Amino acid sequence: MYSEKVMDHFNNPRNVGEIENPSGVGTVGNAKCGDIMRMYLDIDEQGIIRDVKFKTFGCGAAVATSSMATELVKGKTVQEALKVTNKAVMEALDGLPPVKVHCSLLAEEAIHAALWDYAQKNHIVIEGLEEPVNDIAEKAEDEDY
Amino acid sequence: MKKLIYLDNAATTQVSEEVLNEMLPFFRQTYCNPSAIYSFAGEGKKAVDLARGKAAELIGAKVEEIYFTGGGSESDNWALKAAAEAYSSKGKHIITSKIEHHAILHTCEYLEKQGYEVTYLDVDEDGKISLEELRAAIRPDTIVISVMMANNEIGTIEPIAEIGKIAHENGVLFHTDAVQAYGHIPIHVDDMNIDMLSASGHKFYGPKGVGILYIRKGIKIRSFIHGGAQERNRRAGTLNVPGIVGFGKAAEIAGNKMEERTAKEITLRDHLIERILSEIPYVRLNGHRTDRLPNNVNFCFRFIEGESLLILLDQLGICASSGSACTSGSLDPSHVLLAIGLPHEIAHGSLRITLSEENTLEEIDFVADELKKIVERLRGMSPLYEDYIKNRK
Repeated sequence: MYSEKVMDHFNNPRNVGEIENPSGVGTVGNAKCGDIMRMYLDIDEQGIIRDVKFKTFGCGAAVATSSMATELVKGKTVQEALKVTNKAVMEALDGLPPVKVHCSLLAEEAIHAALWDYAQKNHIVIEGLEEPVNDIAEKAEDEDY
Repeated sequence: MKKLIYLDNAATTQVSEEVLNEMLPFFRQTYCNPSAIYSFAGEGKKAVDLARGKAAELIGAKVEEIYFTGGGSESDNWALKAAAEAYSSKGKHIITSKIEHHAILHTCEYLEKQGYEVTYLDVDEDGKISLEELRAAIRPDTIVISVMMANNEIGTIEPIAEIGKIAHENGVLFHTDAVQAYGHIPIHVDDMNIDMLSASGHKFYGPKGVGILYIRKGIKIRSFIHGGAQERNRRAGTLNVPGIVGFGKAAEIAGNKMEERTAKEITLRDHLIERILSEIPYVRLNGHRTDRLPNNVNFCFRFIEGESLLILLDQLGICASSGSACTSGSLDPSHVLLAIGLPHEIAHGSLRITLSEENTLEEIDFVADELKKIVERLRGMSPLYEDYIKNRK
């Protein structure tokens, strides 16, 4: 059901862990729906993401999208990281099953939440960044039969 | 190639060799339609009668009370829809439980749309319904009570005989979904006051696509599949002779070997439960400790999610199942785990292991060893575990 890349990132997740005194940290999702992602960023004075770590509670796709998202933002500027969309994460993983698309949205949200925290701590405004929603749970549609 | 360790016998079982051998002649040699007149058809008819007798004997029923169906879901649908229709002049109230299989729950939801009222009984933390609550739920317009014999996820066995007694004292029909119980634990329809019972062949080493509905003599429910006159006009469709023969043989073997098979499974089950409880922290055994199917183990591992667990087990050749949202195709975890009072985040971390007599102690020890490592690994990357450990300090 998953692509080889998803399985690779699930089995060997990149950048798992924590950063002490991070420049920014963001947690998104909720345990009720079964997915929580936390992303830690270490950003230098030039606004370049030097290090990134994550922790995720969730399914295979949730772990793989978190891992891929960390790869995509590492070494990038804050502005470049902001442009990493859920689509970019999905494409980099060679796609996700339709029911798992929300995991990639969560990965995008996790980046934004960590950047928001960084902006708040440093009293700066990052153009194009809005305050993240904590809970991106999609409403399950009622099946009719 | 790695060896397959199959621990999902509540999903389906392997057809036993004896059962298969009994079925094979009915594909190429005795392929007749048993409803025909010529003597060739008589051989098929004889085989079906014999199988019906075996299916009946296992639950203390009369031969003519067994109707072959296309499986457990059909039997459940037939029992509820036909009973609802047949007794609608008496009333339109049905009582069931919150932990039934979807074949019952979705049928009840369908009947609600047709104007029936359904009471869904709560269960306690072990998954048992309360007899007091059941008594209180019965109304003058209650027509049928349907409570499963044993739960497919957590393995809890319900107090069926007492439920049936209460139903009969109140003049209400009693149906039980025994799909997980038939062939696994002793059942007697008279002693247990059962009026209708559903069972399925592939859950006890028989073939898929064949089940039974037991209907007590005198119960006036009608046909569900309309067409030919098969099954005494109550279930149309050319008889699935190989399937029925396989069902009968599996029932016969289950009857003869139940004690031996069950003892083996319980030894393995309890060994695995003990190892997990003593070696892995932050776990919860789901389901009743003793009133439990001999082959069922169900645990929640806190701070981790079930699908990740299943994928890692699969990579070791271990087949198991989970009640997490990701495995149910919705965002909600299993309705059974929620009904026993588990919060969502704990229900997402469930693992169901269902054994067969073919499993060995070596396999179970391997699973316990690997499970320890996998749980530790997933907790290592869980933000919930991180928070828990930090808050504890």
